[in-house]
Amino acid sequence: MSKIDPEVVADELVEHGQVTTPDASRQVGASRLRKEDARLVTGQAAWTDNLVFPGMLHMAVLRSPMAHARIASIDVSQALRVSGVMAAFSGADLAADLGSLPCAWPVTEDMVSPEHPPLATEEVRYVGDGVAVVVARDRYSAADALEAIAVEYEPLPAVVDMEAALTDSDLVHADKGTNTCFVWPLSNGDVDAAFSSAEVVVERRFIQQRLLPTAIEPRAVVVAPIAAADEYTVYSSTQIPHILKLMLALTTGLPEHKLRVVAPDVGGGFGSKLNVYAEEVIALIVAKRLGRPIKWTESRSEGYQATIHGRDQIQDIALAADRNGRLRGLKVDLKADMGAYLQLVTPGIPLLGAFMYPGIYKMDAYDFRCTGVFTTKTPTDAYRGAGRPEATFAIERIMDELAVELGMEPLELRRRNWIRHEEFPYDTIAGLTYDSGNYEAATDKALELFGYDELRAEQVRRRESGDCMQLGIGISTFTEMCGLAPSRVLGSLSYAAGGWEAATVRVLPTGKIEVVTGTSPHGQGHVTAWSQIAADALSVAFEDVEVLHGDTHVAPMGMDTYGSRSLVVGGVAVQMAAGKVIDKAKRVAAHLLEAAEGDIEFRDGAFSVRGSPEASKTLGEVALAVFAAHDMPDDMEPDLTGSTVFDPENFSFPHGTHLCAVEVDTETGMVDIRSYVCVDDVGKVVNPMIVEGQVHGGLAQGIAQALYEEAIYDSEGNLVTGTLVDYLVPGAPDVPTFVTDRTETPATSNALGVKGVGEAGTIASTPAVVNAVVDALRHLGVNDIRMPCSPERVWRAIHCGDDQTSAAAVPAADHETLRQTDSAGGAQ
Amino acid sequence: MPRIQVKVDGTAYDDEVESRLLLVHYLRERLGLTGTNVGCDTSNCGACTVMMDGHSVKSCTVLAAQVDGSDITTIQGLSSNGDWHPLQRAFHTEHGLQCGYCTPGMIMASVDLLAENPDPSDEEIRLGLEGNLCRCTGYQNIVRAVRKAAETMAGDNTATQQEVAR
Repeated sequence: MSKIDPEVVADELVEHGQVTTPDASRQVGASRLRKEDARLVTGQAAWTDNLVFPGMLHMAVLRSPMAHARIASIDVSQALRVSGVMAAFSGADLAADLGSLPCAWPVTEDMVSPEHPPLATEEVRYVGDGVAVVVARDRYSAADALEAIAVEYEPLPAVVDMEAALTDSDLVHADKGTNTCFVWPLSNGDVDAAFSSAEVVVERRFIQQRLLPTAIEPRAVVVAPIAAADEYTVYSSTQIPHILKLMLALTTGLPEHKLRVVAPDVGGGFGSKLNVYAEEVIALIVAKRLGRPIKWTESRSEGYQATIHGRDQIQDIALAADRNGRLRGLKVDLKADMGAYLQLVTPGIPLLGAFMYPGIYKMDAYDFRCTGVFTTKTPTDAYRGAGRPEATFAIERIMDELAVELGMEPLELRRRNWIRHEEFPYDTIAGLTYDSGNYEAATDKALELFGYDELRAEQVRRRESGDCMQLGIGISTFTEMCGLAPSRVLGSLSYAAGGWEAATVRVLPTGKIEVVTGTSPHGQGHVTAWSQIAADALSVAFEDVEVLHGDTHVAPMGMDTYGSRSLVVGGVAVQMAAGKVIDKAKRVAAHLLEAAEGDIEFRDGAFSVRGSPEASKTLGEVALAVFAAHDMPDDMEPDLTGSTVFDPENFSFPHGTHLCAVEVDTETGMVDIRSYVCVDDVGKVVNPMIVEGQVHGGLAQGIAQALYEEAIYDSEGNLVTGTLVDYLVPGAPDVPTFVTDRTETPATSNALGVKGVGEAGTIASTPAVVNAVVDALRHLGVNDIRMPCSPERVWRAIHCGDDQTSAAAVPAADHETLRQTDSAGGAQ
Repeated sequence: MPRIQVKVDGTAYDDEVESRLLLVHYLRERLGLTGTNVGCDTSNCGACTVMMDGHSVKSCTVLAAQVDGSDITTIQGLSSNGDWHPLQRAFHTEHGLQCGYCTPGMIMASVDLLAENPDPSDEEIRLGLEGNLCRCTGYQNIVRAVRKAAETMAGDNTATQQEVAR
């Protein structure tokens, strides 16, 4: 009989949920409470706006009230007379130093890439475009002084509607001669043959409304200069301290090695802080000019104009299939609103979706085309999901429409077409290789948790009885590509940087561990999760690990946090770096124990000679010996540091099945989510509690797009939803209690077997909710409702057969029209 | 300029303030109490919530001049002798925060909620916190944290009552 290995038994028990993970071993997989929380729940966090430096001045930005105008004149002289004001600058005053804000993703060789001055000098191109700044001793004086700046504008035509913009009748950038930024195609297979031989073709137009990311911490930047040395520390509420440092150097010409960027505690980002913003550059240049620390913090309403927006796409999609449900081909013609300028990755966002329109399905041919369009609106850029929510919405919505056309259960249609678990790795029609997945398992689990059959039966009963509360069921079986990204793939997509991530692990002389990561967390719990990974890899206590991040002096290399990349690239790098530490320590231990390195084993935090465990050296003892360096092996430096730069070989492909049941009040149009079940597969999980939290938050944002949020511009280019009063971010009563669960199909492309999770909930949930709303009303002749599915839109869809109540740009007086229509409806 | 005498987190202050100075800026910039955050300019987000004379207020909606004679408690005055308030503990143990920016306001609003209703249902918690926005958590773990704190506080009260009875 073979000997029982207690460790293997323990692992099995843990895997089967029969024991909780013991404290000192196997941190990965345990719901460790977060190390981050202590400072956050006691009010001791270091938000950027908290920072105060001697002599610090406050900066305020005067912004254009017009969507498009020529600046005829600008006079800041009166602002200087306001009490407390130290300086005031127009765009022209600073232009020589400010440079042009960078776009790092020229998606095509002929992409139109206009100059993007941080402060406009000749023309303003969206409401909120900065034209001047004042600097004062306190923030109130700075705000007062803005009113003393005189600007004369000569109005130019606003360009609000994307399709009108494509006619080039009015130009956003007159010198470019076109509002078309780029046209980017992707094609695989004979799509014409697939469509002409298919038995059924379904075509739809879906509108991805513009969204305001709304991280609860407004953006802020503080620049602390050492004027005499021409050195600058930039504190910014950013997701990307490393990229920001490089871009500030390239934009301003200041030497890169004289810049230090710190992301202190950052209060959420969701992509909106994945950028290089005008105010960061302006504050840096003003600090240089004045030799004083400069602080700028946006107000929420200011941020709604000056911080990037998300989505804003028109999707024309056609799906071809045979009568038996087999998918043949998919065509997507996408128009993506860039806004007035290209921010850091603006043009690349819709392209991240390009690869995801086929979703989890097999088909013969795929044809995609994206046209980037300039309008006189705030630039768009990454917002949670960034291209993939839009793609997932379109494919999951049109799968339901195809199912109706075929008279087939929507789940059955999906089953007939999805990649089966034994077919992985699978090369998709969009050119990706999905490494692993099990759509059957996730779906089966979700159906059981949801009570699918019972709900369908109830739906039939309600329809038959003509209940005013109709029940709808929505399905979203999704996957997404994240974990950005293999550098060579980014290169092939013309992205300017790589997708690697750096980690350094060092053992201090007392045996405590410092992990340095290039990721830059802002709510994701990296300090906790990376501690778990390092603790396991080094066999030390979770509490003995500290994680350092977000300061280019402390963590000099990094690609930062976005695109659900941190764990699958940065977390894996931590494990690899820790492995290098163990390799080095093994050599030292062998030397100290006077044994051959090959005979040394590392177990339970100690190195010993195989077969004689009584003589051993702990990792701490080895660390102390290396620190003293009295007795090192020949040709070995006294250093236990392990450093890795990990470049992943593939993207990460989390997937899952989301099911939503809604009750729709056909008399009021009110939608109530009755139950929401999701089973996500994010591979191996480091901290289930954190993963569940990421899913919850993602769901709320995806549901918000489906039901609540929309950034609305009027025909003059004014942001009508310019404050939190007008833009409906859901509160606690507006979102349901979620039922979440997981299946676990390990990723094969990284050593931890992990997949990204940060955006999954947002990507999956929007179509699940809208499919449910449409499903509830299908028998009343409703086959689409534009997002957000507000009571008004739902009511009109039911009673007016009108699912197009609001174009991307509404007329300035549209609310009047709506009110009249509503009262007419009420009299029926 | 108005002169105010105000107690904040147990410390008495006597200050002259500009008439238009918001309480939240008085706390953050005059007193250096940066635990209270600003998340909007329209009193929607609740990040700046503090207790004023036993009731929660959004400190961006109160003028510093209005708090003369008042007793203010911020997130920084909530723990006593280094012991976290049950709500602080529960937000930690139930993962009721991610980025943590809304958390001080969320916790202070919850203090008021539980003072008014020591045993709220989930729905009552959601309605009670509708003036506080969180963008990270989807609220589910916040609701769980408030419920957990309510249970803890009920247990503490029972223990205290038994203590008193003895």
